[in-house]
Amino acid sequence: MKILAVVEQRDGEVPGASREVVSAAASLAEEAGGEAHALLLGGPGVSDQAAALGAFGASQVRVVAHDALADYHPDGYSKVASQVVKDGAYDAVFLPATSQGKDLAPRLAALLDVPLAQDITRASVVDGALELIRPVYAGKAFTQIHVEASPVLATLRPNVFPAQERDGTAQVESVDLDLDPDAWPTRVVSFEATGGDVPDVAEASVVVSGGRGMKDPENWKLLDDLRAALGSDAGLGASRAVVDAGWRPHGEQVGQTGKTVAPKLYFAIGISGAIQHLAGMRTAGTIVAVNRDPDAPIFKVADYGIVGDLFEVVPRLTEEVRALKAEG
Amino acid sequence: MNIIVCIKRVPDTETRIRVGDDGTSIDQSGVKYVMSPYDEFAVEAALRTREALGEGEVTVLTLGDDASQETLRTALAMGADRAVLLQGDVSHDGLATAKALAAEIGESDPPLVLLGAKAADDDQQQVGPMLATLLGRPCATAVSNFETKEGAVVCQSEVDGGTQVLELPLPAVVTITKGEFEPRYASLKGIMAAKRKPLETKDAQTAPSRLSVKSMELPPEREAGKIVGEGAEAVPELVRLLREEANVL
Ligand SMILES: Cc1cc2nc3c(=O)[nH]c(=O)nc-3n(C[C@H](O)[C@H](O)[C@H](O)COP(=O)(O)OP(=O)(O)OC[C@H]3O[C@@H](n4cnc5c(N)ncnc54)[C@H](O)[C@@H]3O)c2cc1C
Repeated sequence: MKILAVVEQRDGEVPGASREVVSAAASLAEEAGGEAHALLLGGPGVSDQAAALGAFGASQVRVVAHDALADYHPDGYSKVASQVVKDGAYDAVFLPATSQGKDLAPRLAALLDVPLAQDITRASVVDGALELIRPVYAGKAFTQIHVEASPVLATLRPNVFPAQERDGTAQVESVDLDLDPDAWPTRVVSFEATGGDVPDVAEASVVVSGGRGMKDPENWKLLDDLRAALGSDAGLGASRAVVDAGWRPHGEQVGQTGKTVAPKLYFAIGISGAIQHLAGMRTAGTIVAVNRDPDAPIFKVADYGIVGDLFEVVPRLTEEVRALKAEG
Repeated sequence: MNIIVCIKRVPDTETRIRVGDDGTSIDQSGVKYVMSPYDEFAVEAALRTREALGEGEVTVLTLGDDASQETLRTALAMGADRAVLLQGDVSHDGLATAKALAAEIGESDPPLVLLGAKAADDDQQQVGPMLATLLGRPCATAVSNFETKEGAVVCQSEVDGGTQVLELPLPAVVTITKGEFEPRYASLKGIMAAKRKPLETKDAQTAPSRLSVKSMELPPEREAGKIVGEGAEAVPELVRLLREEANVL
């Protein structure tokens, strides 16, 4: 089985979700007897990052470097990726289920004329074929799916598949394609980053989420302190109630009409745990809830709960986490 | 500017999901169906665009069975001008859906097609960009706000870590996320008016589905964990458990 992992790069780095996809592709290919390749698109110099993907199991990294590919461009990336897939005779093609991956994969599907399974949470090889599991109804159910086409195209949910390092080096091959960026209709005007160095809630491995119990947007300082104490992998999330109130940006919303997240650790602070919120975070590794209402539904899914006033609990928590991290 | 909005009938997001007897789909008994929330945002976006421009027609389009007429009527009651039901099977294969929609939309070729960023049932998040690609049109996904200008639409697309601004020449396809588009409620007058608005039914040109569900299962119930304690005094024990039991600190 030959699997291609289409990876992302940002600011000279391949993000964690992409390393997870390479690693998952490598494990599955190994199980089925085959190999995993990675495809890296970017600006001139992007090939510097290619060899490092060998450590996650790619035997070959195909690099397409071009000025017009420095940042994600939906028309350009879909064209180039579909060309590489067509030329490579792959049995499966995986992308990370990030915002970019979920934008690119459907275009790729239409260009290749194959179906697409978004947001896979489990993949295995059974009798030489891929078996994929994906959530439906916002995670209230899981389906095992069958794809009757080749290649099998799927995006993998971030933080679910481990990024395993192994001994290995990748052969780096640069792919020369004739690109005509003038023919790409979409114009990428600008990108405005939110949150500076704070990772996006969908990618963070630890998430601190606040709800209406926070009472006032000013109080987010408390959550931001906790986030900072937890380390650079921690991000901020929010319930819809506080996004609707204009306290937090929609990009932070977790849930049915926000983002689906699966961090290893999720803090729900002053969040009641409505079904639509649970939809976005129930696959988190460990869930901690702080709520003054002992009957709040969030406690039904939380691994650990503290019943109490968040304005007392959170500062203390930040203090204790800081002390712990200082110990190392 | 004429706009087509593609919408879908899905179970209400409050629904308690149970697996049906076939083991591959949900038990539909007692399930209340609604317009997918993201599609409501898309209908709202279309209506606001029509209002801002002071001209043009908003058509809502769905692929589904007769029951989907109700969903179309909801959109008409919100203010859409006409509705089209493509009768055909809806599968989990978004590309099959996109093909059926493309066959219909290709004929009228409106300058702007809007869809919800994802459907609240299969969560596949794909039909919009697939449709655009099939039609050879540019597309922006997860758009929280947009503005039309001479021959183009400028979109704010929500991406991980920020907002990307994309300018698409018309005709274009845009998928909508919540952002600025809190949907309006249908007024009583709107509901009455909807009954007289045109709703056309046609057979869909469906493509075979190549993505099927072999089995559906409910996730293992998350075991309710423990209440570590009350108030700030419980924090040291929580931190200890996170470190020693859960291994996450
Ligand atoms: C179609 C649809 C889609 C939706 N999508 C989403 C979604 O994507 N994401 C989402 O989150 N919601 C979504 N919702 C909304 C959801 O139903 C809830 O309304 C929302 O999640 C509630 O937010 P909350 O928990 O912050 O607020 P509340 O339900 O008001 O809960 C506040 C909590 O804070 C606690 N609290 C108050 N003060 C304190 C204190 N001092 N110390 C400790 N605890 C305190 C209270 O006990 C309470 O439990 C959706 C709803 C619909 C209908």
